[in-house]
Amino acid sequence: MNDAWVTVLRRDLLLALRRRSDVATTLFFFLIVSSLFPLGIGPEPAVLSSIAPGVLWVAALLAGMLSLTRLFATDFADGSLEQMLLAPQPLALQVTAKILAHWIVCGLPVVLLAPIIGLQYALSGDALLVLVLALLLGTPALSLIGAIGAALTLGVRGSGLLIALLVLPLYIPVLIFGAGAVAASQHGMSAQAHLSLLAACSLLSLVLAPMATAAALRISVE
Amino acid sequence: MQWASWAAFFNMGGYAFYVWFSFGLTAVCLIWEILALRKRSAQALRLSRLLAQG
Amino acid sequence: MNINWFKYSSPQTFYPLAGRMIPWFAWLATAFAIAGLYIGFAIAPTDFQQGEAYRIIFVHVPAAWMSMVIYIVMAGWAALGLALNARLSAMMAQALAPTGAIFTFLALVTGSLWGKPMWGTWWVWDARLTSELILLFLYLGFIALQSSIDDPRRADRAGALLALVGVVNVPIIYFSVKWWNTLHQGSTISMGAAPKMVTTMLIGMLLMALAFWMYTIAIALMRVRCIMLERERSSEWVKQLSEVNS
Repeated sequence: MNDAWVTVLRRDLLLALRRRSDVATTLFFFLIVSSLFPLGIGPEPAVLSSIAPGVLWVAALLAGMLSLTRLFATDFADGSLEQMLLAPQPLALQVTAKILAHWIVCGLPVVLLAPIIGLQYALSGDALLVLVLALLLGTPALSLIGAIGAALTLGVRGSGLLIALLVLPLYIPVLIFGAGAVAASQHGMSAQAHLSLLAACSLLSLVLAPMATAAALRISVE
Repeated sequence: MQWASWAAFFNMGGYAFYVWFSFGLTAVCLIWEILALRKRSAQALRLSRLLAQG
Repeated sequence: MNINWFKYSSPQTFYPLAGRMIPWFAWLATAFAIAGLYIGFAIAPTDFQQGEAYRIIFVHVPAAWMSMVIYIVMAGWAALGLALNARLSAMMAQALAPTGAIFTFLALVTGSLWGKPMWGTWWVWDARLTSELILLFLYLGFIALQSSIDDPRRADRAGALLALVGVVNVPIIYFSVKWWNTLHQGSTISMGAAPKMVTTMLIGMLLMALAFWMYTIAIALMRVRCIMLERERSSEWVKQLSEVNS
Protein backbone atom coordinates (compact mmCIF):
# COMPACT_ATOMS: atom_id res chain seq x y z
CA MET A 1 0.00 0.00 0.00
CA ASN A 2 2.86 2.29 0.81
CA ASP A 3 4.38 1.49 -2.57
CA ALA A 4 1.32 2.59 -4.46
CA TRP A 5 1.14 5.79 -2.47
CA VAL A 6 4.75 6.67 -3.15
CA THR A 7 4.35 5.75 -6.80
CA VAL A 8 1.39 8.07 -7.26
CA LEU A 9 3.24 10.84 -5.47
CA ARG A 10 6.40 10.39 -7.52
CA ARG A 11 4.45 10.23 -10.76
CA ASP A 12 2.58 13.45 -10.07
CA LEU A 13 5.74 15.25 -9.03
CA LEU A 14 7.55 14.01 -12.11
CA LEU A 15 4.72 15.17 -14.38
CA ALA A 16 4.67 18.55 -12.66
CA LEU A 17 8.41 18.82 -13.06
CA ARG A 18 8.07 18.27 -16.78
CA ARG A 19 5.45 21.00 -16.99
CA ARG A 20 7.26 23.55 -14.94
CA SER A 21 4.87 26.20 -16.14
CA ASP A 22 2.37 25.02 -13.53
CA VAL A 23 4.54 26.11 -10.63
CA ALA A 24 5.49 29.28 -12.41
CA THR A 25 1.91 30.31 -13.23
CA THR A 26 0.78 29.88 -9.65
CA LEU A 27 3.69 31.92 -8.34
CA PHE A 28 3.29 34.65 -10.91
CA PHE A 29 -0.42 34.89 -10.21
CA PHE A 30 0.28 35.26 -6.51
CA LEU A 31 2.86 37.93 -7.28
CA ILE A 32 0.67 39.83 -9.69
CA VAL A 33 -2.42 39.84 -7.51
CA SER A 34 -0.48 41.05 -4.49
CA SER A 35 1.00 43.81 -6.61
CA LEU A 36 -2.41 44.96 -7.74
CA PHE A 37 -3.63 46.03 -4.33
CA PRO A 38 -1.00 48.68 -3.64
CA LEU A 39 -1.60 49.97 -7.14
CA GLY A 40 -5.28 50.23 -6.39
CA ILE A 41 -5.08 51.51 -2.83
CA GLY A 42 -1.90 53.55 -2.57
CA PRO A 43 1.63 52.92 -1.41
CA GLU A 44 1.40 54.11 2.19
CA PRO A 45 3.20 51.57 4.35
CA ALA A 46 0.81 52.00 7.25
CA VAL A 47 -2.22 51.22 5.08
CA LEU A 48 -0.45 48.38 3.33
CA SER A 49 0.67 46.69 6.49
CA SER A 50 -2.85 46.82 7.86
CA ILE A 51 -4.36 45.18 4.79
CA ALA A 52 -1.45 42.80 4.28
CA PRO A 53 -2.77 39.77 6.18
CA GLY A 54 -6.08 39.72 4.33
CA VAL A 55 -4.67 40.56 0.92
CA LEU A 56 -1.85 38.05 1.05
CA TRP A 57 -4.13 35.29 2.21
CA VAL A 58 -6.75 36.01 -0.45
CA ALA A 59 -4.03 36.07 -3.09
CA ALA A 60 -2.74 32.73 -1.80
CA LEU A 61 -6.27 31.28 -1.87
CA LEU A 62 -6.88 32.38 -5.43
CA ALA A 63 -3.46 31.26 -6.65
CA GLY A 64 -3.98 27.81 -5.17
CA MET A 65 -7.39 27.56 -6.73
CA LEU A 66 -6.14 28.21 -10.25
CA SER A 67 -4.33 24.93 -10.42
CA LEU A 68 -7.16 22.82 -9.02
CA THR A 69 -8.78 22.04 -12.37
CA ARG A 70 -5.65 20.26 -13.45
CA LEU A 71 -5.55 18.08 -10.37
CA PHE A 72 -7.61 15.29 -11.85
CA ALA A 73 -8.37 16.47 -15.37
CA THR A 74 -5.19 15.26 -17.07
CA ASP A 75 -5.44 11.84 -15.45
CA PHE A 76 -9.09 11.65 -16.42
CA ALA A 77 -8.22 12.49 -20.01
CA ASP A 78 -5.57 9.83 -20.45
CA GLY A 79 -7.40 7.09 -18.56
CA SER A 80 -5.07 6.77 -15.60
CA LEU A 81 -7.78 8.03 -13.25
CA GLU A 82 -9.95 5.04 -14.10
CA GLN A 83 -6.99 2.81 -13.34
CA MET A 84 -6.73 4.40 -9.94
CA LEU A 85 -10.42 3.76 -9.33
CA LEU A 86 -9.98 0.13 -10.29
CA ALA A 87 -6.81 -0.38 -8.30
CA PRO A 88 -6.98 -2.50 -5.14
CA GLN A 89 -5.52 0.28 -3.04
CA PRO A 90 -8.05 2.56 -1.39
CA LEU A 91 -8.87 5.49 -3.64
CA ALA A 92 -8.76 7.88 -0.70
CA LEU A 93 -5.14 6.96 -0.10
CA GLN A 94 -4.14 7.52 -3.69
CA VAL A 95 -6.00 10.80 -3.63
CA THR A 96 -3.95 11.88 -0.61
CA ALA A 97 -0.80 11.30 -2.60
CA LYS A 98 -2.09 13.41 -5.48
CA ILE A 99 -3.11 16.19 -3.12
CA LEU A 100 0.29 16.14 -1.49
CA ALA A 101 1.91 16.47 -4.89
CA HIS A 102 -0.41 19.36 -5.69
CA TRP A 103 0.52 21.07 -2.45
CA ILE A 104 4.23 20.61 -3.05
CA VAL A 105 3.90 22.07 -6.52
CA CYS A 106 1.42 24.89 -5.84
CA GLY A 107 1.14 25.46 -2.11
CA LEU A 108 4.72 25.27 -0.95
CA PRO A 109 6.08 27.80 -3.47
CA VAL A 110 3.49 30.31 -2.26
CA VAL A 111 4.64 29.71 1.32
CA LEU A 112 8.23 30.31 0.26
CA LEU A 113 7.49 33.42 -1.80
CA ALA A 114 5.21 34.97 0.81
CA PRO A 115 7.88 36.58 3.02
CA ILE A 116 9.21 38.50 0.05
CA ILE A 117 5.76 39.80 -0.80
CA GLY A 118 5.28 40.51 2.90
CA LEU A 119 8.28 42.80 2.79
CA GLN A 120 6.59 44.72 -0.01
CA TYR A 121 3.71 45.23 2.38
CA ALA A 122 5.94 46.56 5.14
CA LEU A 123 5.45 43.59 7.41
CA SER A 124 7.87 43.31 10.31
CA GLY A 125 10.04 40.28 11.12
CA ASP A 126 7.67 38.68 13.60
CA ALA A 127 4.69 39.11 11.34
CA LEU A 128 6.62 37.63 8.42
CA LEU A 129 7.48 34.58 10.47
CA VAL A 130 3.88 34.12 11.51
CA LEU A 131 2.81 34.60 7.90
CA VAL A 132 5.05 31.79 6.71
CA LEU A 133 3.98 29.54 9.55
CA ALA A 134 0.31 30.28 9.01
CA LEU A 135 0.54 29.62 5.28
CA LEU A 136 2.45 26.44 5.98
CA LEU A 137 -0.28 25.24 8.30
CA GLY A 138 -3.19 26.47 6.23
CA THR A 139 -2.32 25.75 2.60
CA PRO A 140 -2.64 21.97 3.03
CA ALA A 141 -6.25 22.53 4.03
CA LEU A 142 -6.72 24.60 0.88
CA SER A 143 -5.37 21.82 -1.31
CA LEU A 144 -7.45 19.20 0.49
CA ILE A 145 -10.72 21.10 0.34
CA GLY A 146 -9.99 22.20 -3.21
CA ALA A 147 -9.58 18.59 -4.26
CA ILE A 148 -13.22 17.94 -3.39
CA GLY A 149 -14.26 20.76 -5.68
CA ALA A 150 -11.96 19.53 -8.44
CA ALA A 151 -13.38 16.01 -8.20
CA LEU A 152 -17.00 17.19 -8.23
CA THR A 153 -16.53 19.35 -11.33
CA LEU A 154 -14.42 16.91 -13.29
CA GLY A 155 -15.03 17.31 -17.00
CA VAL A 156 -17.71 19.95 -16.55
CA ARG A 157 -17.74 22.98 -18.82
CA GLY A 158 -16.58 26.13 -17.13
CA SER A 159 -15.26 24.13 -14.20
CA GLY A 160 -12.64 26.74 -13.31
CA LEU A 161 -15.16 29.31 -12.22
CA LEU A 162 -17.48 26.67 -10.80
CA ILE A 163 -14.71 25.35 -8.56
CA ALA A 164 -14.22 28.88 -7.25
CA LEU A 165 -17.92 29.20 -6.41
CA LEU A 166 -17.97 25.85 -4.66
CA VAL A 167 -14.73 25.99 -2.80
CA LEU A 168 -14.26 29.62 -1.74
CA PRO A 169 -17.04 29.57 0.89
CA LEU A 170 -15.40 26.49 2.37
CA TYR A 171 -12.05 28.31 2.46
CA ILE A 172 -13.41 31.07 4.67
CA PRO A 173 -12.45 29.57 8.07
CA VAL A 174 -8.86 29.06 6.88
CA LEU A 175 -8.80 32.63 5.61
CA ILE A 176 -10.13 34.01 8.88
CA PHE A 177 -7.72 32.09 11.08
CA GLY A 178 -4.76 32.63 8.76
CA ALA A 179 -5.18 36.35 8.31
CA GLY A 180 -6.07 36.64 11.98
CA ALA A 181 -2.79 35.03 12.95
CA VAL A 182 -0.74 37.57 11.02
CA ALA A 183 -2.86 40.47 12.23
CA ALA A 184 -2.47 39.31 15.82
CA SER A 185 1.30 39.20 15.57
CA GLN A 186 1.28 42.64 13.97
CA HIS A 187 -0.45 43.96 17.07
CA GLY A 188 2.02 42.29 19.34
CA MET A 189 -0.39 39.58 20.47
CA SER A 190 0.15 35.88 20.42
CA ALA A 191 -0.92 34.13 17.24
CA GLN A 192 -0.98 30.78 18.94
CA ALA A 193 -4.74 30.38 19.03
CA HIS A 194 -5.08 31.19 15.35
CA LEU A 195 -2.24 28.89 14.38
CA SER A 196 -3.70 26.05 16.44
CA LEU A 197 -7.05 26.52 14.74
CA LEU A 198 -5.33 26.54 11.35
CA ALA A 199 -3.59 23.30 12.20
CA ALA A 200 -6.92 21.89 13.34
CA CYS A 201 -8.51 22.85 10.01
CA SER A 202 -5.74 21.11 8.11
CA LEU A 203 -5.90 18.00 10.24
CA LEU A 204 -9.68 17.78 9.97
CA SER A 205 -9.45 18.22 6.19
CA LEU A 206 -6.73 15.58 6.07
CA VAL A 207 -9.07 13.12 7.72
CA LEU A 208 -12.28 13.95 5.84
CA ALA A 209 -11.38 15.45 2.49
CA PRO A 210 -9.70 12.44 0.84
CA MET A 211 -12.79 10.31 1.50
CA ALA A 212 -15.10 12.99 0.17
CA THR A 213 -12.82 13.45 -2.85
CA ALA A 214 -12.78 9.72 -3.53
CA ALA A 215 -16.57 9.61 -3.34
CA ALA A 216 -16.77 12.60 -5.68
CA LEU A 217 -14.39 10.94 -8.14
CA ARG A 218 -16.54 7.83 -8.25
CA ILE A 219 -19.60 10.00 -8.85
CA SER A 220 -17.88 11.91 -11.63
CA VAL A 221 -16.28 9.02 -13.43
CA GLU A 222 -18.94 6.37 -13.29
CA MET B 1 -55.57 47.85 18.01
CA GLN B 2 -53.06 50.56 18.47
CA TRP B 3 -52.96 52.66 15.33
CA ALA B 4 -54.45 56.09 15.60
CA SER B 5 -55.44 56.06 11.96
CA TRP B 6 -54.72 54.36 8.66
CA ALA B 7 -52.31 57.16 7.91
CA ALA B 8 -50.37 56.36 11.06
CA PHE B 9 -50.35 52.70 10.11
CA PHE B 10 -48.89 53.37 6.69
CA ASN B 11 -46.40 55.78 8.16
CA MET B 12 -44.97 53.21 10.59
CA GLY B 13 -43.58 55.91 12.85
CA GLY B 14 -41.48 57.33 10.03
CA TYR B 15 -40.04 53.98 9.02
CA ALA B 16 -42.55 53.43 6.24
CA PHE B 17 -39.95 52.85 3.53
CA TYR B 18 -37.99 50.21 5.43
CA VAL B 19 -40.92 48.28 6.80
CA TRP B 20 -43.07 48.27 3.68
CA PHE B 21 -40.16 47.59 1.36
CA SER B 22 -39.24 44.56 3.46
CA PHE B 23 -42.72 43.11 3.51
CA GLY B 24 -43.34 44.10 -0.07
CA LEU B 25 -40.11 42.53 -1.32
CA THR B 26 -40.92 39.34 0.57
CA ALA B 27 -44.37 39.19 -1.00
CA VAL B 28 -43.00 39.96 -4.46
CA CYS B 29 -40.29 37.28 -4.21
CA LEU B 30 -42.65 34.59 -3.00
CA ILE B 31 -45.33 35.42 -5.56
CA TRP B 32 -42.71 35.52 -8.31
CA GLU B 33 -41.54 32.08 -7.21
CA ILE B 34 -45.08 30.72 -7.45
CA LEU B 35 -45.67 32.26 -10.87
CA ALA B 36 -42.34 31.05 -12.23
CA LEU B 37 -43.13 27.55 -11.02
CA ARG B 38 -46.55 27.59 -12.65
CA LYS B 39 -44.96 28.60 -15.91
CA ARG B 40 -42.40 25.82 -15.58
CA SER B 41 -45.14 23.35 -14.77
CA ALA B 42 -47.25 24.40 -17.75
CA GLN B 43 -44.27 24.01 -20.04
CA ALA B 44 -43.42 20.60 -18.65
CA LEU B 45 -47.00 19.43 -19.12
CA ARG B 46 -47.09 20.78 -22.65
CA LEU B 47 -43.92 18.95 -23.59
CA SER B 48 -45.16 15.77 -21.96
CA ARG B 49 -48.38 16.02 -23.97
CA LEU B 50 -46.45 16.43 -27.19
CA LEU B 51 -44.33 13.43 -26.36
CA ALA B 52 -47.32 11.33 -25.40
CA GLN B 53 -49.13 12.07 -28.63
CA GLY B 54 -46.20 12.13 -30.99
CA MET C 1 -49.10 -4.88 10.03
CA ASN C 2 -46.83 -4.55 7.08
CA ILE C 3 -46.16 -0.93 6.39
CA ASN C 4 -44.63 -0.38 3.02
CA TRP C 5 -42.34 2.52 3.84
CA PHE C 6 -41.17 2.75 0.31
CA LYS C 7 -44.53 2.87 -1.39
CA TYR C 8 -44.23 6.54 -2.17
CA SER C 9 -40.54 6.51 -2.91
CA SER C 10 -40.98 6.28 -6.65
CA PRO C 11 -41.86 9.31 -8.73
CA GLN C 12 -44.84 7.46 -10.14
CA THR C 13 -46.59 7.05 -6.81
CA PHE C 14 -45.41 10.27 -5.27
CA TYR C 15 -46.57 12.50 -8.11
CA PRO C 16 -50.31 12.24 -7.40
CA LEU C 17 -49.77 12.24 -3.64
CA ALA C 18 -47.77 15.45 -3.87
CA GLY C 19 -50.49 16.95 -6.01
CA ARG C 20 -53.10 16.24 -3.35
CA MET C 21 -50.90 17.62 -0.57
CA ILE C 22 -50.14 20.96 -2.16
CA PRO C 23 -53.52 22.68 -1.56
CA TRP C 24 -53.47 21.73 2.11
CA PHE C 25 -50.10 23.30 2.69
CA ALA C 26 -51.01 26.31 0.61
CA TRP C 27 -54.06 26.96 2.78
CA LEU C 28 -52.10 26.41 5.97
CA ALA C 29 -49.49 28.87 4.78
CA THR C 30 -52.14 31.48 4.02
CA ALA C 31 -53.85 30.96 7.38
CA PHE C 32 -50.62 31.24 9.35
CA ALA C 33 -49.56 34.27 7.34
CA ILE C 34 -52.81 36.09 8.01
CA ALA C 35 -52.61 35.28 11.71
CA GLY C 36 -48.93 36.23 11.89
CA LEU C 37 -49.37 39.51 10.04
CA TYR C 38 -52.37 40.41 12.14
CA ILE C 39 -50.46 39.84 15.35
CA GLY C 40 -47.39 41.50 13.95
CA PHE C 41 -49.11 44.68 12.91
CA ALA C 42 -52.26 44.97 14.97
CA ILE C 43 -51.46 43.37 18.30
CA ALA C 44 -47.73 43.60 18.92
CA PRO C 45 -46.90 46.87 20.64
CA THR C 46 -44.45 49.50 19.50
CA ASP C 47 -40.94 48.79 20.66
CA PHE C 48 -39.54 51.24 23.17
CA GLN C 49 -36.11 51.57 21.56
CA GLN C 50 -36.67 50.77 17.93
CA GLY C 51 -40.07 52.21 17.23
CA GLU C 52 -42.01 50.68 14.41
CA ALA C 53 -38.96 49.61 12.43
CA TYR C 54 -38.58 46.51 14.57
CA ARG C 55 -41.60 45.01 12.82
CA ILE C 56 -39.23 43.94 10.05
CA ILE C 57 -38.27 41.05 12.30
CA PHE C 58 -41.61 39.47 11.41
CA VAL C 59 -40.16 38.64 8.00
CA HIS C 60 -36.42 38.86 8.66
CA VAL C 61 -36.17 36.28 11.43
CA PRO C 62 -38.55 33.72 9.90
CA ALA C 63 -36.74 34.03 6.57
CA ALA C 64 -33.39 33.49 8.28
CA TRP C 65 -34.71 30.48 10.20
CA MET C 66 -36.13 28.97 7.02
CA SER C 67 -32.90 29.52 5.13
CA MET C 68 -31.07 27.42 7.68
CA VAL C 69 -33.78 24.78 8.16
CA ILE C 70 -34.14 24.30 4.41
CA TYR C 71 -30.41 23.76 3.98
CA ILE C 72 -30.40 21.08 6.65
CA VAL C 73 -33.48 19.36 5.22
CA MET C 74 -31.97 19.60 1.74
CA ALA C 75 -28.80 17.93 3.01
CA GLY C 76 -30.95 15.28 4.69
CA TRP C 77 -32.71 14.43 1.43
CA ALA C 78 -29.32 14.45 -0.30
CA ALA C 79 -27.90 12.01 2.22
CA LEU C 80 -30.95 9.76 1.83
CA GLY C 81 -30.60 9.89 -1.94
CA LEU C 82 -26.96 8.87 -1.76
CA ALA C 83 -27.52 6.16 0.81
CA LEU C 84 -30.56 4.57 -0.86
CA ASN C 85 -29.59 5.50 -4.42
CA ALA C 86 -33.09 6.95 -4.69
CA ARG C 87 -33.67 9.54 -7.35
CA LEU C 88 -36.81 10.93 -5.73
CA SER C 89 -34.83 11.94 -2.64
CA ALA C 90 -32.34 13.73 -4.85
CA MET C 91 -35.22 15.45 -6.66
CA MET C 92 -36.56 16.68 -3.31
CA ALA C 93 -33.18 18.21 -2.50
CA GLN C 94 -33.15 19.87 -5.89
CA ALA C 95 -36.68 21.15 -5.31
CA LEU C 96 -35.80 22.80 -2.02
CA ALA C 97 -32.66 24.64 -3.08
CA PRO C 98 -34.15 27.63 -4.96
CA THR C 99 -36.61 28.35 -2.14
CA GLY C 100 -33.79 28.20 0.38
CA ALA C 101 -31.75 30.61 -1.69
CA ILE C 102 -34.69 33.02 -1.94
CA PHE C 103 -35.22 33.00 1.82
CA THR C 104 -31.51 33.59 2.37
CA PHE C 105 -31.65 36.51 -0.03
CA LEU C 106 -34.71 37.91 1.77
CA ALA C 107 -33.03 37.49 5.15
CA LEU C 108 -30.07 39.49 3.89
CA VAL C 109 -32.09 42.28 2.31
CA THR C 110 -34.54 42.65 5.18
CA GLY C 111 -31.63 42.51 7.59
CA SER C 112 -30.02 45.32 5.68
CA LEU C 113 -33.28 47.31 5.68
CA TRP C 114 -33.54 46.82 9.42
CA GLY C 115 -29.96 47.83 9.99
CA LYS C 116 -30.10 51.11 8.09
CA PRO C 117 -32.63 52.93 10.28
CA MET C 118 -31.32 51.31 13.45
CA TRP C 119 -27.58 51.59 13.11
CA GLY C 120 -27.13 53.92 10.19
CA THR C 121 -25.43 51.63 7.69
CA TRP C 122 -26.85 49.48 4.94
CA TRP C 123 -24.60 46.58 5.76
CA VAL C 124 -23.13 45.33 9.00
CA TRP C 125 -20.45 42.66 9.01
CA ASP C 126 -21.77 40.96 12.10
CA ALA C 127 -21.48 37.22 12.57
CA ARG C 128 -25.07 36.35 11.69
CA LEU C 129 -25.48 38.45 8.56
CA THR C 130 -22.07 37.39 7.29
CA SER C 131 -22.94 33.75 7.89
CA GLU C 132 -26.21 34.27 5.99
CA LEU C 133 -24.20 35.67 3.10
CA ILE C 134 -21.95 32.62 3.08
CA LEU C 135 -25.04 30.39 3.25
CA LEU C 136 -26.28 32.12 0.10
CA PHE C 137 -22.99 31.21 -1.60
CA LEU C 138 -23.46 27.60 -0.52
CA TYR C 139 -26.97 27.51 -2.00
CA LEU C 140 -25.80 29.14 -5.23
CA GLY C 141 -22.91 26.69 -5.49
CA PHE C 142 -25.29 23.76 -5.12
CA ILE C 143 -27.64 25.13 -7.78
CA ALA C 144 -24.76 26.01 -10.12
CA LEU C 145 -23.15 22.59 -9.80
CA GLN C 146 -26.38 20.76 -10.55
CA SER C 147 -27.25 22.90 -13.52
CA SER C 148 -23.79 22.56 -15.06
CA ILE C 149 -23.74 18.77 -15.07
CA ASP C 150 -25.68 17.28 -17.96
CA ASP C 151 -26.21 13.74 -16.71
CA PRO C 152 -29.09 13.94 -14.19
CA ARG C 153 -27.93 11.10 -11.96
CA ARG C 154 -24.40 12.46 -11.79
CA ALA C 155 -25.83 15.88 -11.02
CA ASP C 156 -27.97 14.36 -8.25
CA ARG C 157 -25.05 12.62 -6.58
CA ALA C 158 -22.54 15.43 -7.05
CA GLY C 159 -24.98 17.96 -5.63
CA ALA C 160 -25.76 15.62 -2.75
CA LEU C 161 -22.08 15.28 -1.86
CA LEU C 162 -21.65 19.03 -2.06
CA ALA C 163 -24.65 19.58 0.21
CA LEU C 164 -23.24 17.14 2.76
CA VAL C 165 -19.81 18.79 2.65
CA GLY C 166 -21.59 22.12 3.10
CA VAL C 167 -23.66 20.99 6.06
CA VAL C 168 -20.54 19.72 7.82
CA ASN C 169 -18.79 23.01 7.14
CA VAL C 170 -21.61 25.32 8.22
CA PRO C 171 -20.87 25.05 11.97
CA ILE C 172 -17.16 25.54 11.29
CA ILE C 173 -17.84 28.56 9.10
CA TYR C 174 -20.24 30.02 11.67
CA PHE C 175 -17.74 29.55 14.46
CA SER C 176 -14.93 31.12 12.48
CA VAL C 177 -17.09 34.10 11.49
CA LYS C 178 -18.12 34.64 15.12
CA TRP C 179 -14.45 34.48 16.09
CA TRP C 180 -13.58 36.97 13.37
CA ASN C 181 -16.35 39.25 14.49
CA THR C 182 -15.29 39.33 18.14
CA LEU C 183 -11.71 40.01 17.14
CA HIS C 184 -12.65 43.02 15.11
CA GLN C 185 -15.18 44.28 17.59
CA GLY C 186 -15.11 47.92 16.68
CA SER C 187 -18.77 48.67 17.25
CA THR C 188 -21.11 46.67 19.39
CA ILE C 189 -23.56 46.39 16.58
CA SER C 190 -25.14 43.03 16.40
CA MET C 191 -28.25 41.72 14.78
CA GLY C 192 -28.70 39.86 18.03
CA ALA C 193 -29.67 43.16 19.63
CA ALA C 194 -33.28 42.45 18.90
CA PRO C 195 -35.90 44.28 20.91
CA LYS C 196 -36.83 42.80 24.21
CA MET C 197 -39.18 40.07 23.19
CA VAL C 198 -42.68 40.66 24.36
CA THR C 199 -44.72 37.48 24.07
CA THR C 200 -46.88 38.86 21.30
CA MET C 201 -43.78 39.59 19.24
CA LEU C 202 -42.58 36.03 19.71
CA ILE C 203 -45.93 34.60 18.74
CA GLY C 204 -46.01 36.80 15.67
CA MET C 205 -42.58 35.59 14.61
CA LEU C 206 -43.49 31.96 15.21
CA LEU C 207 -46.67 32.26 13.18
CA MET C 208 -44.81 33.85 10.29
CA ALA C 209 -42.15 31.14 10.54
CA LEU C 210 -44.87 28.49 10.34
CA ALA C 211 -46.37 30.31 7.38
CA PHE C 212 -43.02 30.27 5.58
CA TRP C 213 -42.57 26.62 6.46
CA MET C 214 -45.94 25.59 5.04
CA TYR C 215 -45.22 27.70 1.98
CA THR C 216 -41.87 25.98 1.53
CA ILE C 217 -43.44 22.55 1.67
CA ALA C 218 -46.12 23.52 -0.84
CA ILE C 219 -43.59 25.09 -3.22
CA ALA C 220 -41.16 22.21 -2.89
CA LEU C 221 -43.92 19.74 -3.73
CA MET C 222 -44.90 21.83 -6.74
CA ARG C 223 -41.33 22.01 -7.91
CA VAL C 224 -40.62 18.33 -7.39
CA ARG C 225 -43.62 17.53 -9.58
CA CYS C 226 -42.14 19.74 -12.29
CA ILE C 227 -38.79 18.01 -11.93
CA MET C 228 -40.45 14.62 -12.14
CA LEU C 229 -42.28 15.61 -15.31
CA GLU C 230 -39.12 16.97 -16.86
CA ARG C 231 -36.93 14.02 -16.04
CA GLU C 232 -39.38 11.17 -16.45
CA ARG C 233 -41.01 12.61 -19.54
CA SER C 234 -40.59 9.55 -21.72
CA SER C 235 -41.72 7.01 -19.16
CA GLU C 236 -45.06 5.27 -19.32
CA TRP C 237 -46.59 6.61 -16.16
CA VAL C 238 -46.18 10.20 -17.32
CA LYS C 239 -47.87 9.38 -20.59
CA GLN C 240 -50.76 7.86 -18.66
CA LEU C 241 -51.30 10.91 -16.47
CA SER C 242 -54.70 12.50 -16.75
CA GLU C 243 -53.21 15.97 -17.17
CA VAL C 244 -51.15 14.72 -20.07
CA ASN C 245 -53.81 12.62 -21.72
CA SER C 246 -56.54 15.21 -21.64
